[in-house]
Amino acid sequence: MSYELLGITVLWTFLFGYLIVASVDFGAGFFSYYSVITGKQNKVHSIIQRYLSPVWEVTNVFLIFFVVGLVGFFPDSAYYYGTALLIPGSLVTVLLALRGAYYAYNTYGSSKEDNKIYIAIYGATGLLIPAALSTILAISEGGIITEINGQVNLNWGSFFSNPYTWSVIILALVSVLYISAMFLAYYADKAGDRPAFEVLRGYALWWSGPTILACVFAFFQINRQNPEHFRNMLTIAWAFILSLICFLIAVYLVWKRRRLGVSFILVMLQFGFAWYGYGHSHLPYILYKQVSIHESFTNETMAVALIIVFIAGLFVLIPSLIILLRLFLFDAKYVRGSSPKKG
Amino acid sequence: MSYDPVTLSRMLTGLTLFVHIVFASLGVGVPLIIALAEWRGIQTKDPHYSLLARRWARGFVITVAVGVVTGTSIGLQLSLLWPTFMRVAGHAIALPLFMETFAFFVEAIFLGIYLYTWDRFKRPMLHLLLLIPVAIGSSTSAFFITTLNAFMNTPQGFTLKNGVFTDVHPLIAMFNPATPTKVSHVLASSYTVSACVLAGIAAYSLLMGRKEIYFKKALKLTVISAFIFALSTAIIGDFSGKFLAKYQPEKLAAAEWHFETRTEAPLIFGGVLDQNNEVKYGLEIPYALSILAGNKPSTKVIGLNEFPEDERPPLFIHYLFDLKVAIGMLLVLIPFLYLIRRMLPGNRQGGYPKWLLLGIMLLGPLSIVAIELGWLFAEFGRQPWIVRGYMKVGDAATTSNHVGAMLLMFAVLYIVLCSSCVIVLARLFRNKDVADEMRELGMKEDVR
Repeated sequence: MSYELLGITVLWTFLFGYLIVASVDFGAGFFSYYSVITGKQNKVHSIIQRYLSPVWEVTNVFLIFFVVGLVGFFPDSAYYYGTALLIPGSLVTVLLALRGAYYAYNTYGSSKEDNKIYIAIYGATGLLIPAALSTILAISEGGIITEINGQVNLNWGSFFSNPYTWSVIILALVSVLYISAMFLAYYADKAGDRPAFEVLRGYALWWSGPTILACVFAFFQINRQNPEHFRNMLTIAWAFILSLICFLIAVYLVWKRRRLGVSFILVMLQFGFAWYGYGHSHLPYILYKQVSIHESFTNETMAVALIIVFIAGLFVLIPSLIILLRLFLFDAKYVRGSSPKKG
Repeated sequence: MSYDPVTLSRMLTGLTLFVHIVFASLGVGVPLIIALAEWRGIQTKDPHYSLLARRWARGFVITVAVGVVTGTSIGLQLSLLWPTFMRVAGHAIALPLFMETFAFFVEAIFLGIYLYTWDRFKRPMLHLLLLIPVAIGSSTSAFFITTLNAFMNTPQGFTLKNGVFTDVHPLIAMFNPATPTKVSHVLASSYTVSACVLAGIAAYSLLMGRKEIYFKKALKLTVISAFIFALSTAIIGDFSGKFLAKYQPEKLAAAEWHFETRTEAPLIFGGVLDQNNEVKYGLEIPYALSILAGNKPSTKVIGLNEFPEDERPPLFIHYLFDLKVAIGMLLVLIPFLYLIRRMLPGNRQGGYPKWLLLGIMLLGPLSIVAIELGWLFAEFGRQPWIVRGYMKVGDAATTSNHVGAMLLMFAVLYIVLCSSCVIVLARLFRNKDVADEMRELGMKEDVR
């Protein structure tokens, strides 16, 4: 495996991690808000809060990892994406900042009732951030960032009038809600919280239909936007078929209320197959026709250094993550809520 | 407004860092002081110290949240506002940036665990151990990021060929001449500002008439820490002067309004410059600049006239420097007065001279001002370069025409974040008073 391929695989994996972890978080924010305004608060709110609390900071890091790594391995991408994405990138930053800060204020700050404004910010940003972030995937298909006489520009007209852009945004939104509901249903089941589980199971099943429809829609929109990419996707069609099969089994298990852990693993596999299939067929371009992993790669010394650090970092990260998960996700006492929360 | 993208990019980056640096510094220093308190609590079996650690941690997490989100801002703004810089310099500096993310990851994970596990372990020592990765994580983040800033001041470890950095040695780039003094100065001043802010809060409570011994213990722990850290910061500052004289003489010369290269150079404090660059009304300390630069009066100090005019830093950094040094001295002096408090005159409040409590209370804001001045000095002092000798700031910024609007948006964001942070912190501690909490935990309320 060449260094550049290794580099992009590492980065893509981080982004996949972000996709899963952040989806759970974003969706949880929305469901949390939704449960408050529909009066189902008592049933699901506490289970969501309990999961979110210790994990929130970790989510952002996946994204930062990806951005820093992308710029590190492929400095040219900073130039093109950085210049073109000033406005959307800044907007996402502001939304992330509001979300992170107000979440912390609500959780650690006010010792009494949950603050309605904080929850509303958390719910709204939970949908706006993935919508904004997903547009970068649409931009990466090419034709929207132009470079004329050394001036990099984002063509807003062709950006918004493009059905592909919208198909990706819709896909991002429904996927977030689907992934999140599938996870929270599993978490509620682990906590032995029947009423919460029933509500969340309903959400999960409800969002599964739109998810698969949006996937298929976006899949065929790529053909219009970027036929070359689409042809590459067809050569590895098996990945997308496997993704569909995982989806069907996962939904079936939730419907039957059986083996919810397995079901969530299948959800991850569903998105994993689609994610790597999409990413693999996207290569060698990071930005179609402008940034390719071969020509825009950093120097070899730096690449080797980054890869060494990455491997060394994994030795620290994986044990830490395992501790975190064991204490909060897989500790029956904590999950059920019988051990104390914050200090 | 008719500013160009470069100026606006500088303003926005400056604004983000202006906000971030306060929270980042607290993020580096406060875990250490929490650990000190918790450790003392375990050692002496004194529940007051454990409660201190607990309450500080509760407030700390709020500031961490703002630190994290402003840190995310600057992380993304590096690419959004300085795409050319990242494209070119990215070849040499990606390594510390990448490592910083790992360090932060570790910090975030263990802080999350720490906050939620106060009573989950049978041995309290295990809980304290969780702070070690937090403190190491935050201090190493500061280390990695500062090496990057050091690189911008004294770049090395690459060859510039046709606008591309080739033949890169990432570790040589990281461990450049500016790294030792810069990193130690940043770490020491972060610890100082954290101790000073916490000391200021304790002093405020005592001034408000609180009598619990809890506050006196808090004051003692934080003021003594502040003294040690501020003193180390000052000593390291002296090394920084020698570093500048050798590797970045134009920065030192601009800071000191030192134009002619000479030995036995005096140090000028304050003053104003006239049209002919003559200093008026300044306080002149003979030989002091030479001593700062090389420990003896005979040291030759390079003057600003040796540099072409378009490569000189702005001269107003003299005031930033002087003010910073003056505050730095206060940060040593006030804690020192605390150490000899029994010998001091004045009306007493809770056993302390009232004016001294007032002084300690001011340590908090003063130390924050010092940190800001220090950063402003460091950044303006590097102008016009973004990578000294290789790339000017004007060639590194985005060409986008929308930076002004973004500046406005972020300004609003930071105002909202900071003011709500203060409100939330105030409410947090008002809603749960120390006395109530001690009663809850079944502790005695000693009043002495």
